[in-house]
Amino acid sequence: MSSRRSRSRQPGTSRITDDQINQLVSQLQQLLPEIRNRHSDKVSAAKVLQETCNYIRSLHKEVDDLSERLSELLATTDTSSAEAAIIRSLLMQ
Amino acid sequence: MASTLISNPVTNSDRARDSAKKKKKKKSQAIRDETQNPNTNHDSTQWKSEVQQQVYSSKLLQALRGVRLSSSPSAPRRGRSVREAADRVLAVTAKGRTRWSRAILTNRLKLKFMKNKRQRVTVTGSTRSKKPRLSILRLKSKNLPAVQRKVRVLGRLVPGCRKEPLPVILEEATDYIAALEMQVRAMTALTELLSGSSFGAGSSASPASQLGSSGPPTS
Repeated sequence: MSSRRSRSRQPGTSRITDDQINQLVSQLQQLLPEIRNRHSDKVSAAKVLQETCNYIRSLHKEVDDLSERLSELLATTDTSSAEAAIIRSLLMQ
Repeated sequence: MASTLISNPVTNSDRARDSAKKKKKKKSQAIRDETQNPNTNHDSTQWKSEVQQQVYSSKLLQALRGVRLSSSPSAPRRGRSVREAADRVLAVTAKGRTRWSRAILTNRLKLKFMKNKRQRVTVTGSTRSKKPRLSILRLKSKNLPAVQRKVRVLGRLVPGCRKEPLPVILEEATDYIAALEMQVRAMTALTELLSGSSFGAGSSASPASQLGSSGPPTS
């Protein structure tokens, strides 16, 4: 296969094997909640990547919503009562 | 000068002994962690551990107190500054071992210094993106345009990974997802705590304590 030879001469590409890529993709697959629950081994790399992008976007959105709520709560609740509640919860752990 | 020369070997040996002690401690703790969580990686930080979440929560609280004092009371800016503080604290908790954490921290500095020079940055960026890359090789699965495109999109989502090669992006994304999940868990717990405190504050609290989760007090 001439492909391997030509690829190794490229200055910019690094010598990564397909196995390494597959391993990384499967590692990513383990983190995604949807694919993990489907118990299927034959998920294509493109699907895993697509799910990863969607998952990261949804996590970002969740963090945005949570920060909105936190900012509202911080503005309206009293400082001392909030801190007291937090300290209480930390002590109880 | 002679005193500093003499003291150097002493401090070096002390440091060597301390680092050896720390390594032994770290090793035993790492072995303990591994026996408890066999799935965790050697390189990535333990985002699933309770300790990590508590570290993050305490640092976040400190940062949020600072945010409250400095930000203006307009709604969109407040949420944005909370989000930025949360990301910053997340990057600090990562201890700079990953690219995305370093990128988050350096981006803040860059924005602070380069607020007036932003226009120049966008002009140079457009001239650089004219090289066609997908037409050269189409041999292995890594070079398939679909996978390549998706990895580029992923690289844009993870901070600091726009120009990195494929395996780096995948590795960074793995760590970034775990960190984001921890961030969501910690902020959810914090939100529940704060909303619960305003619930149970009673009459001794300020008049701004709310009974419901939304809406200003009507009195």
